[in-house]
Amino acid sequence: MILSVRDLSIGFRRIGGDLPAVDKISFDVREGETFVIIGESGSGKSLTGMSIAGLQPATSVTSGSIRFKERELLNRPDAELRRMRGREIGLIYQDPLGSLNPVWPVGDQIAEALRAHGLASGAAAARRAVEMLDRVRIPDPARVATAYPHEISGGMRQRAMIAMALIAGPSLLIADEPTTALDVTIKAQMLELLAELQREMALTIILITHDMGVVAEVADRILVMYAGRVAEIGDADAIMRTPSHPYTAALMTSAMISEAEPKQQLNAIVGVAPGLGSFPDGCHFHPRCPLAQDDCRSFVPPLRRLGDVALACHHPVGSDTALMAEA
Amino acid sequence: MEPLLTLDGIVKTFTQKRGGKRDVQAVAGVSLTVGRGETVGLVGESGCGKSTLARLALKLIEPTAGRIVFDGEDITARHGRAMLPVRRRMQAVFQDPLASLNSRMTIAEILREPFDTHGIKLGAALQPRIRELLSFVGMENTDTTKLPPQFSGGQLQRIAIARALALEPDIIVADEPTSALDPSIQAQIVNLLLFIQRQRQISYVIISHDLDVIGHVADRIAVMYLGTIIEQGPAAAIMGSPWHPYTQALLSAAPTLAARRNPEWKRIVLTGDPPNPANVPTGCRFHPRCHLARDVCRQVEPPLRPSEDGGRLIACHLAPEETAEKGRWIGQARLGMPAAATA
Ligand SMILES: Nc1ncnc2c1ncn2[C@@H]1O[C@H](COP(=O)(O)OP(=O)(O)OP(=O)(O)O)[C@@H](O)[C@H]1O
Ligand SMILES: Nc1ncnc2c1ncn2[C@@H]1O[C@H](COP(=O)(O)OP(=O)(O)OP(=O)(O)O)[C@@H](O)[C@H]1O
Ligand code: SF4
Ligand code: SF4
Ligand SMILES: [Mg+2]
Ligand SMILES: [Mg+2]
Repeated sequence: MILSVRDLSIGFRRIGGDLPAVDKISFDVREGETFVIIGESGSGKSLTGMSIAGLQPATSVTSGSIRFKERELLNRPDAELRRMRGREIGLIYQDPLGSLNPVWPVGDQIAEALRAHGLASGAAAARRAVEMLDRVRIPDPARVATAYPHEISGGMRQRAMIAMALIAGPSLLIADEPTTALDVTIKAQMLELLAELQREMALTIILITHDMGVVAEVADRILVMYAGRVAEIGDADAIMRTPSHPYTAALMTSAMISEAEPKQQLNAIVGVAPGLGSFPDGCHFHPRCPLAQDDCRSFVPPLRRLGDVALACHHPVGSDTALMAEA
Repeated sequence: MEPLLTLDGIVKTFTQKRGGKRDVQAVAGVSLTVGRGETVGLVGESGCGKSTLARLALKLIEPTAGRIVFDGEDITARHGRAMLPVRRRMQAVFQDPLASLNSRMTIAEILREPFDTHGIKLGAALQPRIRELLSFVGMENTDTTKLPPQFSGGQLQRIAIARALALEPDIIVADEPTSALDPSIQAQIVNLLLFIQRQRQISYVIISHDLDVIGHVADRIAVMYLGTIIEQGPAAAIMGSPWHPYTQALLSAAPTLAARRNPEWKRIVLTGDPPNPANVPTGCRFHPRCHLARDVCRQVEPPLRPSEDGGRLIACHLAPEETAEKGRWIGQARLGMPAAATA
C-alpha cells in the first residue's frame, strides 16, 4: 500500500460551525496501480487529491490520516511538504491556466521544478524542460518553451502541466482532469504515455476524471464520490459493468450520450446535488435516488463489502440487502 | 436557413516576440456560416485554431484578413461602443471557467455585470432575475455572496452559462462548455442548451473534443486541421460516414460504447509529428500524417470543395473514391450497426 487515507474530513470554517465538504472518507491506493476517482461535480474529488499533495485551502480544517509510504502527511510542516511535492508526489491541477504563472515562459516554469529540487540548473535544466515538452508530444517544443501560457492552446497548457508534474520523477502522480482539454487523438497518446511512464518509473497514478471513456481505458480500481462521501469503491470492471450503487448506475447511464437519439433529451439524474452546508440527513443521495426508502432518509449507510466492491447503500441495485456482509 | 453569423476568408496571424519572432498562422482562411437557430459543432486537434476562431467570431481579437458579417451587417471594422449592440446579442462560454470569471467578484456581481455593461437597469427585478438564471442552470440555492474560487469547476461552468444567458443572446459561442462537468451535469447542460434552443431559436457554435456531445447537439459539423476547415457537413454525414482521413482518425480515436464492444474496432494511430502552425507542410496540410498520401498530396493543396452529391464540403484529393468505404465502416461501427461486422 503506497497510500492509506483514513477518515479524511475536510471542512470550511464558518461562524456557527464548520461546513463539511469531505466527510470521513477512507481508501487505500496500491503501488503501481491507476486509481480513478469519479463522481458528482463538487463532491470533493479535487479537495481530496489536493490534500494528499498537502495543499488544502487556507480556510479549511482537515482531520483524519493520510499515510504515504508509511509516513503521515497530515499536519506536516509546510517546508517538508514542499520538498515532497514534485519530487515524490507529482500534481497536475484541474485548472491549467490558473496554475501556470502567466508572466513566466512555460519552459522556465518547468525547469524551475528541477532547480527547486536541486536536480539540475541553468542550461541543463532548460534543456531537460524542452525534452520533457517533447516527451509529452508538444510540437515544436523549443518554441513553446519560450511562449507565455496565454500564447499556447488549452491542450498544450495541459501537456505542459503534465511535463512539469513528471520532470522531477515522482513515484505518485495525482492528476486532476489531466485530459479534459485534450483532443481525442492526443488524449489517446497521453494515456499511452502515462501508462508507459507508469511501467518505466513504477509510477502510481491517482486520476480524477469525468471522462468515462478514459476510465474504461485506464482504471484498475475506482472510487465513486457523492457529496463528500464514498458511494462505492473497488474493481474497475465490476463498477463499470454492473454498478451496485444507485448513484454510480445513474452516472453510467448519463455517460451514454452516444446511445441517445440526436438532439433529444439525455438521461440526467433528476434534481441537483446538495451544496455545502445543505447535505441531507441519512444517505446524501436520498433526495435524488430512485431506490430510496424510509431508512435512507435517517440512517447513514455504512461502507460494506459486496463481491468485488465496497459500497455505502442500504438498497443496492439488483441485489438483496440480506446478502451483504459487513466489510 | 437564414444566416446569422458569416465568417468569410478569416485569417489570424500571431507574431511571437521571443524565440526568434516567428509568425504563427493560427487561422488560415476559414469561411463558415451559422444559420439562425442552428448549432454548428467545431472539432479538431488541439492547437488547430478552434478557440482562436471563436475569439475572432466574437470580435475579442481582430482578424488579420477576412470579413465577419452578423445579421446582415459587416462588423469587421466595428470597435468599442459601436460593437456594444452586437456584443449583447453574441455571448461566450469558455473552456476554463475559473479563468473566465473574475475571481474577486461575487457570484451576484458576476451575474449583474452584463446588465450594467449594457446599461440595462432592472432595479428591484435584478435579484429575482439572478435567481432565475441560477435556477435555470440548476443552482437555485447558491449563496451569491461567494467568490468563484469557492466553487467546484462544474459549478463555475454553470455560473458562466447563466451569465451568457443573462441578455438573451441570439448566439452563444461555447468553447468546451461541458468538459469540466460530471456526466450527469453534462447531460443536464446538454439538455439545457437544447431546451433553450427550442424555446428561443438561439444559434450555437459549440467547440468540443467530446465527439459524443458534438454528435448529439450539432446540426452541422466543421472539422478543422491546422488552421483550416478540411471537412464540413450535416452532423449525420460527418459522424455517419466521415470522408477525410483526418476526420476518420479523429472518430476512430473516440470509440463509442458500441464501438468498444466491436472486436474489429481499430484505432487509427496518426504517425508523424503533430502539426506546427509555425511551420505548415506544403500541399495538403495533413499529408505528413496521412496513410493515403501520394505525390499530388505533397504538391497541391486540396481546396475545400462541395462533394458531387452536394452533401458536404471536403478538402482531400482522394475523397470520396478512396476514403468513403472506410468512413462508412467507422460511422456504422460507432453506431453499433451490423454493416460494420462485414466490411
Ligand atoms: N476554497 C474553498 N472555499 C470554500 N469552499 C470550497 C473551497 N474549495 C472548494 N470548496 C467547496 O468544496 C466542495 C468540493 O470541491 P471540489 O473542488 O473538491 O469538488 P470536485 O469534486 O473536484 O468537483 P468538480 O468535479 O466540479 O471539479 C465544493 O462544494 C466547493 O464549492
Ligand atoms: N496570443 C497568441 N500568441 C501567439 N500564438 C497564439 C496565441 N493564441 C493562440 N496561439 C497559437 O495559435 C494556435 C491555435 O491555438 P488555439 O487556442 O486556437 O487552438 P485550439 O484549437 O483551441 O486548441 P485546444 O483544443 O487545445 O484548445 C496554437 O498553436 C497557439 O500556440
Ligand atoms: S442508501 Fe438509499 S438513498 Fe442512498 S443510494 Fe442507497 S438506496 Fe439510494
Ligand atoms: S489530400 Fe492526400 S494527404 Fe491530404 S488527406 Fe487527402 S489523401 Fe491524405
Ligand atoms: Mg475538481
Ligand atoms: Mg481551445
